[in-house]
Amino acid sequence: MNPNDFLSDPNLLPWLIPVGPLVAFFIIMLFTNRARLVPATDHSYHDHNHPDYDGMIVPVVSFPSRVVSIVVAMIGIGLAWILSLIVVGQGLGVEKLGKKVFESSLPWMATGVGSFSMGVLVDPLTVVMLVMVPLACAMIFIYSIGYMAHDARQSRFFALIALFAGAMLTLVVADNLLLLFVGWEVMGLCSYLLIGFWFEKRSAYEAAIKAFTTTRVADVIMLLGIAYLYAETGTLSFREILYNHEVLEHLATTPAIIFGGLSAAGLIGIFLIIGTIGKSAQFPLHVWLPDAMEGPTPVSAMIHAAAMVSAGIYAIVRMYPLLEAGSHPHEGQLLAPMMLMAVIGAFTALFSATIAVAQNDVKRVLAYSTISQLGFMMAALGIGAYIAAAFHLITHAFFKALLFMASGAVIHGMEHGEAHARAHAHHDDHHAAHDEHEAHHDAHAHAHFDPQDMMNMGGLRQTMPVTFYTFLIGGLSLAGLPLITAGFWSKDEILADAWLGASKGFGPHALVFILLAVAAFLTAFYTMRQLGLTFWGEPRTEAARHANLGRGVVSFTMTLPLIILAFFAITAGFVGVPPAFPVLGPIFSPEVNPFFEFVKYTLLPEIQPEKPPFNWIPVLTSFAVALGGIAVGYLVYWRKPLQAGQEDPLVGFLGPVHTVLKHKYYFDELYTAVFINPSQWLARVAVSQFLDRGIIDGILHWIARIATWIGDFLKLLNTWLIDGVGDGIPELVALFGAWFRRIQTGRVQQYLLLIIIAAIVIALVFVASSGVLVQAAG
Amino acid sequence: MAIFGIDILTFLVIAPALSAVIVLLLPRAVARWGALALATIIGALCIAVFFSYDRAAAGYQMVVNTPWFPLIGASWHVGIDGVSATMVLLTGILTPLAILISFEIEERINMHMALLLFFETGLLGVFVALDLMIFFLFYELSLVPMYFIIDQWGGPNRKYAATKFMIYSIGGSLGMLLATQLIGWTAGTFDIQMLTQIWPTFTGENGTFLGIGIEAVKAWAFIGFFVAFCIKVPVWPFHTWLPDAHGEAPTAGSMLLAGVMLKLGAYGFLRLVIPFFPDVWIADVNILGVIQTNWAGIFAFLAMLGIVLGAFAALGQNDIKRLVAYSSVNHMGFVAMGLAVAALAYGQNWLDATGQHLESAILATNGAVLQMFNHGLSSAAMFLLAGAIYHKTHTRDLREYGGFWVKAPIYGTIFVFTSMASLGLPGLNGFISEFLVVRGSWPVFTGLTVIAMLGLLFTGGYILKGIRAVLHGPFNLKWRDYHLEIEVREVVAIAPLLVLMLITGVVPNWILPVINDTVLRILGG
Repeated sequence: MNPNDFLSDPNLLPWLIPVGPLVAFFIIMLFTNRARLVPATDHSYHDHNHPDYDGMIVPVVSFPSRVVSIVVAMIGIGLAWILSLIVVGQGLGVEKLGKKVFESSLPWMATGVGSFSMGVLVDPLTVVMLVMVPLACAMIFIYSIGYMAHDARQSRFFALIALFAGAMLTLVVADNLLLLFVGWEVMGLCSYLLIGFWFEKRSAYEAAIKAFTTTRVADVIMLLGIAYLYAETGTLSFREILYNHEVLEHLATTPAIIFGGLSAAGLIGIFLIIGTIGKSAQFPLHVWLPDAMEGPTPVSAMIHAAAMVSAGIYAIVRMYPLLEAGSHPHEGQLLAPMMLMAVIGAFTALFSATIAVAQNDVKRVLAYSTISQLGFMMAALGIGAYIAAAFHLITHAFFKALLFMASGAVIHGMEHGEAHARAHAHHDDHHAAHDEHEAHHDAHAHAHFDPQDMMNMGGLRQTMPVTFYTFLIGGLSLAGLPLITAGFWSKDEILADAWLGASKGFGPHALVFILLAVAAFLTAFYTMRQLGLTFWGEPRTEAARHANLGRGVVSFTMTLPLIILAFFAITAGFVGVPPAFPVLGPIFSPEVNPFFEFVKYTLLPEIQPEKPPFNWIPVLTSFAVALGGIAVGYLVYWRKPLQAGQEDPLVGFLGPVHTVLKHKYYFDELYTAVFINPSQWLARVAVSQFLDRGIIDGILHWIARIATWIGDFLKLLNTWLIDGVGDGIPELVALFGAWFRRIQTGRVQQYLLLIIIAAIVIALVFVASSGVLVQAAG
Repeated sequence: MAIFGIDILTFLVIAPALSAVIVLLLPRAVARWGALALATIIGALCIAVFFSYDRAAAGYQMVVNTPWFPLIGASWHVGIDGVSATMVLLTGILTPLAILISFEIEERINMHMALLLFFETGLLGVFVALDLMIFFLFYELSLVPMYFIIDQWGGPNRKYAATKFMIYSIGGSLGMLLATQLIGWTAGTFDIQMLTQIWPTFTGENGTFLGIGIEAVKAWAFIGFFVAFCIKVPVWPFHTWLPDAHGEAPTAGSMLLAGVMLKLGAYGFLRLVIPFFPDVWIADVNILGVIQTNWAGIFAFLAMLGIVLGAFAALGQNDIKRLVAYSSVNHMGFVAMGLAVAALAYGQNWLDATGQHLESAILATNGAVLQMFNHGLSSAAMFLLAGAIYHKTHTRDLREYGGFWVKAPIYGTIFVFTSMASLGLPGLNGFISEFLVVRGSWPVFTGLTVIAMLGLLFTGGYILKGIRAVLHGPFNLKWRDYHLEIEVREVVAIAPLLVLMLITGVVPNWILPVINDTVLRILGG
């Protein structure tokens, strides 16, 4: 195929989108990893993520490799972004993209008489993802330049985020579920390696293992779903299954192979949804995500916004026609998969919002808020609000990437401030009398200082204004500040859809509406709490007083993405304003809701959703919960900012409930006791020792012992009784015993030689006698 | 194709044995390079054989059939189909790499190298044999060199491991020998192709043979083969020789043992047991009057146990080589599962020719054979890496390691890559075969497949445990002054495996059609 074809043919171009980052990964991994050796105590290696090993030499990435790996990674993601924009442009240029799509595939795996094809697909949903993913990834890459500037293994970091981005882009352009799963799992690997990037820290590698294992629980079940779907339809292609009424009908009417009450579509759907529950950290598999904060902050942004968890929701949005097969959400008929999504999503949204309220770690608050927001999307999908779910997926990605990177800037600033404060303390010589005490105290304080603890912050708006304003924008978007933020529009649409169902008297819709409204209120509240604790009031520690990003490349590369994403955190919502919305509707959506109108053609005409008519109740609810939450948060944390040493007012207010929330309802402890410890016991004691060594080997050892006894006995018989008469009779059995003996004589080498020579001779004779050699000679 | 006037397959079988003699006679100083050169040439021939095999043409290829022991009806009958071609390729690739790894052996190097080469003769002989007698001969022949490799160059507990390995294997072979004799005697030939035609429809004299009902005779012959191959694969609960043998064997021994030798069992199932006993596989078996099943169902059940309990056992190990060894039980369980599906579908279609489950069986068998190849790559690579670290630290205890990624970044990265291939990460080789097996077994053994997923989950558990223990955590300062980074020689030895893992994962069609076409012909889809 001519390379030019790839660039000129919109059906082929999507193939190239993931190539840039993937090639960047290989280049960095193989070539730009030169290291120089430094003592482990050197400041270029040793920091709070890398312990100093006394007297050891360690490799640290050399400066040229650092620069080249940045350049390679940037070129890789840059190419992906440019190509994505071209594809997006081409996609927007097609009227009713979805009825017609860009696609191409080639045979990939022989399967009996047929063949499994791999390919790419660009439909409206892909286009929407291609707007968000490469942009967010590119911002994360730029941000990483500054954030990882001094890390000892910086080039490995860039290789891995390049692979991460490449896998996510593969997943987005995939035309079948198997390729989606490939991207899905490679991302799982990347998140594992990146969460555990600072692998010398116990908390980091434990979090990495937890993330991988928890998502794997879901992944193996999802694999069953994929296998089942493939067995049932003979294909995994999205278009052939999801854009094909007959296939969907067939799946909806065939009874499931197990669990007879379900249809095949129902069981497959449940399997796939479980995959998403793991990947998007929904209850009860949510436990891994907050711990994933152990990774470097750009990774948190990657996992929580641009890639990993979005992929989970993307997968169920993508598979929606299958999950919905047989259900009629707009008539209030929800079958098992839809019900599962609605209940799990709505419950998770509220559940993790309550946990977020009681967290003090700046990133953990965001982690729980991510879980909660993903719950919004899942619930929306469960009640058939397909487009609202996709819309919230996009807006959330923008403001959450922003929030994570801004919180990373805060952490970086706090570390900077900490270092400054310590240096300052050392220079103060006039406390000579207290020197020893000071030093001790200092070391002590250092050991316990947590740059992520919001209780140590306060007043950061003074020293980090850009971070503050961008964080504020992201936070308000998350809180759903009405009219001007993206978060408002997408959340409002979910509530509007839920209300429509609830007003017709559908129970699940009403449940979703109520739970999400309460969750939205809490979201606004904890966001204000976070903003207040971090930026408002006066600094509560020396570190916070001196917190800043400094000047130069680090500061620039870390703030530029914040500003760009802040722009999108505001404006991304304006593509989906309901046309009937007073004042703003006519401005942004003069005729139709552009986002809605564009995306709906992803689906078959039969299941395309109707735009809910404009209704004041959900809109006013959105207003009320967002403004109410913001107001309460303001009253508690902004009007009277927290002073140093003061307790969080929530502790007194909530009492023991606060303790439960702070410990995340004790799910970690529960899982350790119920799953982890028993399975380790099972592995170590029950299977390895008892079953294998005890029972199976035990029986074998008995047999061996009996055989030896018999051998000895027969030998005795031979010598004493028969004495050379019946030598040949017990040959077989005696062989065992005799053979045990020979080993112990230590003359094995003679036997060894003998056997080999004998065997060779036999082989030769054998070949010669077969006439082959004779034939050859003749 | 012929070399020195000898046909290529016969040459391939003899050449390693001759090379072994040559290496024995070489001066000690050049034994290593000599062995490597010879093994590489043989490897190149194996690759040539694989690529000159024409997958579209029906029947066995490169066939030689000359009388050898006319009195009993055995002949020197060799030839390959797509499955044997794949196994020949695997053997050809792994042997030189194992020899390269054995460069680190100091003691009696000539003998060590010779034994490795001699072992290759046994392996290749089995894979090309089309005569039951020849098959059995080479099957047994391969035991001898491996026994001495473990016994002479193994770890601290090598005597026990080698004896256990030998007795286990011979114990299995005993039944197989009797079954072979029985089949050969009754059918009057040892030719596998002919037996495939004759034996399933063999009725004896009025349904009895020597006064015993023919069904019972067939069942006993079946059990003879079944147990022998189950031990080799190994299928749970016949697996306990494996962690000891693999654990104690020197690196090269473990590589070939796990990489190729286990495949002899799986190959035996596909070549002999499934085509010979279609009726036995699906005959009703009643266990304790409670469970009504058939042999294929029992086999699938044991396969599931291997997958699940193998993973659990691996998770319970603190010895890196035993951990990797148990991973073989886990991975070969998928091979067994695929073969169980094949056996059931083959048997049913032999009986009624309705084509039921045939599509699933083809996919499952494709998966099983590809998994044999894939496991050959990844287990050999895992043992290589385990050996590399053992060679430098002289301990296999995972608890003694820690944080090696700090000092050995290249080793660490290769370790993670290989572990992920072993774990079945999509994008690498293992995933394709496991997916095919799962896809194939799902409609046939639905419940067992669901339980097997537990094994897949714990595969993740033990792989991550291995990575965590070796690479993660603060560096264990006990090894501060040790050289831990992987050596160039080791990188060279593992590089072909890594490349193949990636290529097979990304473009499986370089090898899969070869397997697929043959499987299609065997199962008759």
